[in-house]
Amino acid sequence: MEPSALFSAAGLGCSLGGRLLWRDLGLTLQAGDRIGLVAPSGQGKTLLLRSLALLEPLQAGALSLRGCPPAAWGLPAWRARVCYLSQRPVAHAGTVEDNLRRVWAFSSQRRRGVWQPQRIRHWLTRLGRNGGFLGYRAERLSGGELQMLALLRALQLDPEVLLLDEPSASLDMATSLALEALLCDWLAAGQRACVLASHDPGQISRFTSGRLELNR
Amino acid sequence: MTVVPAGALPISTGRLALSALLILVNVALSAGLRLGLGRTLLVAALRMVVQLLLVGLVLEWLFQQRGALLIVVLGMAMAAIAGIAAVNRTRRRFAGIYADSLLSVMSSSALVTGLALAGIIRSDPWYAPQYLIPLLGMVLGNTLNGISLGLDRLMEGLEGGRELVETALALGASRWEACRDVIREAIRVAMIPTINSMMVMGLVSLPGMMTGQILAGAAPTAAVRYQIVIVFMIASGTALGVFGVVVLGWLRLTSRDHQLRLDRLRS
Repeated sequence: MEPSALFSAAGLGCSLGGRLLWRDLGLTLQAGDRIGLVAPSGQGKTLLLRSLALLEPLQAGALSLRGCPPAAWGLPAWRARVCYLSQRPVAHAGTVEDNLRRVWAFSSQRRRGVWQPQRIRHWLTRLGRNGGFLGYRAERLSGGELQMLALLRALQLDPEVLLLDEPSASLDMATSLALEALLCDWLAAGQRACVLASHDPGQISRFTSGRLELNR
Repeated sequence: MTVVPAGALPISTGRLALSALLILVNVALSAGLRLGLGRTLLVAALRMVVQLLLVGLVLEWLFQQRGALLIVVLGMAMAAIAGIAAVNRTRRRFAGIYADSLLSVMSSSALVTGLALAGIIRSDPWYAPQYLIPLLGMVLGNTLNGISLGLDRLMEGLEGGRELVETALALGASRWEACRDVIREAIRVAMIPTINSMMVMGLVSLPGMMTGQILAGAAPTAAVRYQIVIVFMIASGTALGVFGVVVLGWLRLTSRDHQLRLDRLRS
């Protein structure tokens, strides 16, 4: 592991129900990296991203962020910095704003920042929405709107590594492009990196600077 | 002048058998509507009669005993049966669910019954079986229901709310922060029957223990006082037991690494 790396994973192994999914897998991220995770369906892209966020127990291998292992950060603090976005986003009953604000109540996040409505409004404009979106009921959002909510909910927390699982599967082309542009600017604004799993080859070639292919 | 009876009128064996005819109402209803309950009803009725007749004998023998150890052991056995029965009614299980239930039932009922006997009723000795056994039994019967409901709700809540819980975890929540709503809901639901029954007690339902004391010749005003004590015991015993089992279950279904471990759940 290079000490200068932002994030690194080494020797990862995983098998599911007797089937080996990957072995001795390594991944090193420097600030600014945008890695595309490519694999056929059912090869464990989601499982790998979830493992990097330690939502799944690691079967083999080790992770580190800025040279420190997850245990040294503490798991909630790790996930505040290495943040996984599910491909099926969910929200609590309530408005979009309620949902965006409630994550700031977690003690791992309270130390890291505060709710910034101006920033969210600016991002919404870039995605072709306005501040009115904040007042929408989350339970009435469309699939694409729910993905926007999930992305904003994570971006506002400024994680160092963003793990995106099909982030624009339910979005139209124009909004997908706007979302990619927004992500690029966000990544450039700090010491941040991103891993993106997508079935859209166009998105992978437009957005990513490197690739990780999963094959047995 | 009315004569106050020293005890309830005794029921002869023949008249007891007569009362069994009442169950024929259920059997007829089941047959008429094809509920398919006939067999179960008969088994349940038979079990009830045999269990109660035996208990009557056991209690008569027990009330002549003077050793604390025997009575405490018997109380623990009752609590253990309640703890196991509570789990048997849940739809899903996880490894350690019996231990969690036993620990919660035993500690909550021991604490509440012990405090009530020593501090409020002040029976002499504190383990006097004619107080300890029935009071403990009533606390256990209610705690058992609460624990079943609480466990079921916890497992259902974590499974049904899995995506919300994992989203919270993914955004940096601790396992407590991520599961707090589910835990609260499980405890709330488990307490509802106890609270409901307190609300209407005496208006809709005349509690069994009170009825029994009155039949046996106790003054209603004295019987009511016992009933008030027992209801408070039930309420606090259920609350403690439910809280304990829900928290223990939550600890089993999540990991120290703040992961949701629904793979430990099986139906």
